[in-house]
Amino acid sequence: MYVAVKGGEAAIANAHALLADRRRGDRSVPALRLDQIVEQLGLAVDRAMGEGSLYDKELAALALLQARGDLIEAIFLVRAYRTTLPRFGYSNPIDTGTMLIERRISATFKDLPGGQMLGPTFDYTHRLLDPSIAGGEVPAPITREADTEQAPRVTDMLGRQGLMEPDGDTDPDREVGDLTREPLDFPLDRDLRLQALARGDEGFLLALGYSTQRGYGRSHPFVGEIRIGEVEVEFDIPELGFAVSLGRVRVTECQMVNQFKGSAKVPPQFTRGYGLVFGQAERKAMAMSLVDRALRAREFGEDVVAPAQDEEFVISHSDNVQATGFVEHLKLPHYVDFQAELDLIRRMRAEHDAADMKEAAE
Amino acid sequence: MNAVAQYNFAYLDEQTKRMIRRAILKAIAIPGYQVPFSSREMPMPYGWGTGGVQVTASIIGPDDVLKVIDQGADDTTNAVSIRAFFAKVAQVETTTHTADATIIQTRHRIPEKPLGQGQILVYQVPIPEPLRFLEPRETETRKMHALEEYGLMHVKLYEDIARHGRIATTYAYPVKVEGRYVMDPSPTPKFDNPKMHMSAALQLFGAGREHRIYAVPPYTEVVSLDFEDHPFTIQHFEEPCALCGAEQVYLDEVILDDRGGHMYVCSDTDNCEERRSAGHVGTLGMQEAAE
Repeated sequence: MYVAVKGGEAAIANAHALLADRRRGDRSVPALRLDQIVEQLGLAVDRAMGEGSLYDKELAALALLQARGDLIEAIFLVRAYRTTLPRFGYSNPIDTGTMLIERRISATFKDLPGGQMLGPTFDYTHRLLDPSIAGGEVPAPITREADTEQAPRVTDMLGRQGLMEPDGDTDPDREVGDLTREPLDFPLDRDLRLQALARGDEGFLLALGYSTQRGYGRSHPFVGEIRIGEVEVEFDIPELGFAVSLGRVRVTECQMVNQFKGSAKVPPQFTRGYGLVFGQAERKAMAMSLVDRALRAREFGEDVVAPAQDEEFVISHSDNVQATGFVEHLKLPHYVDFQAELDLIRRMRAEHDAADMKEAAE
Repeated sequence: MNAVAQYNFAYLDEQTKRMIRRAILKAIAIPGYQVPFSSREMPMPYGWGTGGVQVTASIIGPDDVLKVIDQGADDTTNAVSIRAFFAKVAQVETTTHTADATIIQTRHRIPEKPLGQGQILVYQVPIPEPLRFLEPRETETRKMHALEEYGLMHVKLYEDIARHGRIATTYAYPVKVEGRYVMDPSPTPKFDNPKMHMSAALQLFGAGREHRIYAVPPYTEVVSLDFEDHPFTIQHFEEPCALCGAEQVYLDEVILDDRGGHMYVCSDTDNCEERRSAGHVGTLGMQEAAE
């Protein structure tokens, strides 16, 4: 017998109560504290901050906990909170040249001013599961006094020799674009494109970056430099007339150096692909810099032949909050449209069957 | 993080509302034209009505009465969720009665009862671009709209006729607004297209993920695309509603068993309930009365 689908309200409330119960899990196991997540799941916190576009470790940890560890759900929570915050203005550009460096490597030079520093990396670890870490006892790392030696950026060193393209010709006084305040209008300027990539989905950018290495828009990349560390964020206060420091943020910067044979417009030189992400997010920064370089194809007069070079394709689909919403909306009811299609298919089937019968009779 | 997060009336901050209202005014001034706007992340996912929610949040006032429907029904889960959202963040009165509402937010249907002056119908739109599945690039489709270059759409409809003997678009059926812009009516069944024409209500369309708002002002010409020899027709149901006996309304098919048993009931639940309380009965109601 037909029963109208009533009680949606009660069903939703009950489902959410069950979700809360599952999130908490077995009550005899101590509940996670936010500081535990910040300290011990730091890279997940960093990813939620980066793709959530909000630098706040505690909020990101809360989002991760509330999302039961689902990263995209956590990113969504952070974004939905971020969008309600008032906008005071834009900080001055951060200077990664003055970074307090924790990790800094270059694949293009064996040694360089400031040296190579491995820092806290998974590189060269053997990926063997280690049950001993479950105990929590870890010896303190070996530390030494910080070098006073400056660590200039590799791209700047190449630039001084004229082998590297200049770092963009955008007027430094031009107001920076803001994709959270203005709708995107293709083709984009590079500032907006980099903003979109910085909050883009790591998995999507990783796959696209990988595709350029396998020949779909090859860009002959070298890691000029990756550096991870803290930089100061400064903000111009109009009332004071000078910039004040708001604090420090940890960022990962990747400068990809790409071979370029030159074109009618541009002499042979190295070109740049740039990646900058909140927190420690090396894979994301590298993928971003590969995709950034691929997306500059038109600028260099290269043929746009591969998905990674196609700005509208890449930027329209890089945001995982948008993507997950639209993919998952397919589980919402669609019976009205389905009914319309059902009706059409039935009519077309009836005609088709009638034509078959007629044919058989002839 | 320590202070409980405070939200503005109807969730969005006033600057954002002003920005969206400007986009709405522009959309009303150019009927059928898709106005880009800076869509915000909302506390519900993209694709679940964030465009409609942003439009509603920008136009709603404390005296408004809100109705939310999904698939024609007030009680589908997402309609319940959006209605509860506005009841919470704007403390407005909500209703299920079409006639009592000043704002009706909808997904996939237009109410059966004709809307009147002063009412606003807010559509949730997934893909605002009617040319999108013919041309995936925004840069190209914007050019096509600017040049009023709609040949591709007619070719598509013609190919349907050549292949299937009919236009095989049953929902999101393209319309031309005020003789200028081709517009996607959102995925409403084509059954609802004639209701848009010369409607006394203001019709607003919000596409959050795609950052677009468009509008059909009251008493605007909305014509479904067709050919002289293949005129536009709407769906017709063989049976009336089993609950209220209504004809000339859009019906949902409800499967009763696994042997092909089914019945049709009104998709517009409010219209159906109103008819039943006025004494109309369908075949099922008669059975019940006999039992």
